[in-house]
Amino acid sequence: MISSTGVFEPSAAAEEFLPYLERLTEADYRRFYRDMVVVRKFDTEAANLQRQGQLALWVPSHGQEAAQVGSAYATRPQDHVFPSYREHVVGMIRGLDVVDILRMLRGVTLGGWVPEEHGNFHLYTLVLASQTLHSTGYAMGMQLDGSTATGNAEIDQAVIVYYGDGASSQGDANEALVFAASYQTPQVFFLQNNHWAISVPVARQSRTPLYLRAAGFGMPGTQIDGNDVLASFAVTAKSMDDARAGHGPSLIEALTYRVGAHTTADDPTKYRDPEELAYWVARDPIVRFRRYLKGLGVEQRFLDDVDDEAADFAADARRRALEITGPEQSVIFDNVYAEPHPLVAEQKAWLERYEASFDEGEN
Amino acid sequence: MTPALDTSVASASLPMTKALNAALRRAMLDDPKVLLMGEDIGPLGGVFRVTEGLIAEFGDKRVLDTPLAESGIIGTAIGLAMRGFRPVCEIQFDGFVFPGFDQITSQLARMRNRHEGGLIMPVVIRIPYGGHIGSIEHHQESPEAYFAHTPGLRVVSPSNPHDAYWMMQEAIASDDPVIFFEPKSRYWPKGDVRFDESGTPLHASRVVRAGTDVTVVGHGAMVSVLLQAAELATAEGISLEVIDLRSISPIDYRPILGSVQKTGRLVVTQEAPGFVSVGSEIAATVAERSFYTLEAPVLRVSGFDTPFPPAAVETHFLPSPDRVLEAVDRVLAY
Repeated sequence: MISSTGVFEPSAAAEEFLPYLERLTEADYRRFYRDMVVVRKFDTEAANLQRQGQLALWVPSHGQEAAQVGSAYATRPQDHVFPSYREHVVGMIRGLDVVDILRMLRGVTLGGWVPEEHGNFHLYTLVLASQTLHSTGYAMGMQLDGSTATGNAEIDQAVIVYYGDGASSQGDANEALVFAASYQTPQVFFLQNNHWAISVPVARQSRTPLYLRAAGFGMPGTQIDGNDVLASFAVTAKSMDDARAGHGPSLIEALTYRVGAHTTADDPTKYRDPEELAYWVARDPIVRFRRYLKGLGVEQRFLDDVDDEAADFAADARRRALEITGPEQSVIFDNVYAEPHPLVAEQKAWLERYEASFDEGEN
Repeated sequence: MTPALDTSVASASLPMTKALNAALRRAMLDDPKVLLMGEDIGPLGGVFRVTEGLIAEFGDKRVLDTPLAESGIIGTAIGLAMRGFRPVCEIQFDGFVFPGFDQITSQLARMRNRHEGGLIMPVVIRIPYGGHIGSIEHHQESPEAYFAHTPGLRVVSPSNPHDAYWMMQEAIASDDPVIFFEPKSRYWPKGDVRFDESGTPLHASRVVRAGTDVTVVGHGAMVSVLLQAAELATAEGISLEVIDLRSISPIDYRPILGSVQKTGRLVVTQEAPGFVSVGSEIAATVAERSFYTLEAPVLRVSGFDTPFPPAAVETHFLPSPDRVLEAVDRVLAY
């Protein structure tokens, strides 16, 4: 829809999605831009925290902001979102405090938040594609308890699940697509093709464009320019509307690029062509949308304010990340089971006695 | 369609398949959130007919014939449990659970812990298991130790129709994931199921035959082998105390330790390979907790540490009453 130079030039294929843009006001555009800039700054700050030994790991989202922001704004409050582990801004938009993400990556929790209290944004899943099946089961549950396809768009629910080009090779992703198609779940599979699964290019994952796989499973598949926030919004809005209305699942392949490393444990200079990186940096989603906004007449003052806000946001996240404490050692044993378990209870008591024995020695 | 079993009577003589069917039906009547998922569990009633008649009674929104994908079954069951359902999944045969192993061990078992207690995972996974049925490869396995080794799971196995009826209902009522191993070779022998008295708690082991000389422990189909061994031993003047483990994780040690206190001799038995097995765990724990009461080393009688062999030679692989008695003789020789 928006060209890489920031001009609104929708392709013929984009036409059926253009009505969905009518839902947006200029305030929404500003919000999209603001969120993309803020999360990029936060992302950079989080990577710094990792380099300074304050996080065990960081998972950069640099380059994928448009795919994530557009699709996140296409969800409704009643929807459920199953992320993989790179959708920081989706969480932000759904109401998550990003410092909760840092808690997990700082090694103080295996989870970090209560999904129902944070916009139904479910926990990150680190085993690739496992969440696709959970999301499909969850969507089956929406059907079984009558929470979808009632004809009331204000309450009908749907699920969006995020995964990537690497995860698309996993059996679980394929089984999720089979189950979703069989039961016609209210669900959107949002596949961010960022072209790299750590060091392996997408060509090793698939000999066919990934959106074409959808047809093989019996559902619509759409490929979008994932660096175009309006395309991401419009196509996801239609797909989620269709899902809520009982028209079944669909797949969106958002073509984007992982500008940074897979994680902070990675070194992309060892396997990537700098020219490829340059090609994608020239198609940066934020630069493109900024040009578009300027074309609309958005004042420089707004853009500067967003930069300031992003800097403040990142600094605040950094400050609060450094204040993260805990957890108590009892977390080892808590919530392994919902009901009493003699072995776990015994070991918890033993560890307390064992560690208390050192205190007695000191006294 | 077979009419639903009348469970308003005090008791009935039933095979384990019918007892399990009655338990599933009871649980589905009691709680609308209970639903069944699996391959061929609808009109066919499952390859062992455990779910026979249930789709006709409850419909295809409570009994889901799924695509043929075990990871898919477990993974979607997790999603359904997140949504508030209580799925009971059937894995068709023991050897077919492994495509779902990752979802069971990496996801299902840890989901509540990862959510810091914010949700429950009341998922039951039914797995017909074990040998003695003369079947082909992957159809006679005993993989219970893999699951017992995974924190977050509960693992149980009934040995008779009465326990099957009650343990299934208790497993479904549990807020934790339960791996429910059903001993295939015990599916068909009938036993008295008492509908008017609830069974022993799900994770309790139980003395099923009192004795004085040697304690023998087993679970699932091994229990009937142990009872046969005990009968044979009587002729030789040896009194075996037989313990039905019932729960593989957690293990209820009280009846075992109490019995060893009396006999001083313990033989643990299982169809599974003995290396890093449930029997090894019991032997180690009894040695740790009851060393001074032992008159002899704890012995294990297990399947061999080989793949389950071709059925033509399975009787040489599976622990028999005679192999149990051989171990009994050895512990008595000390």
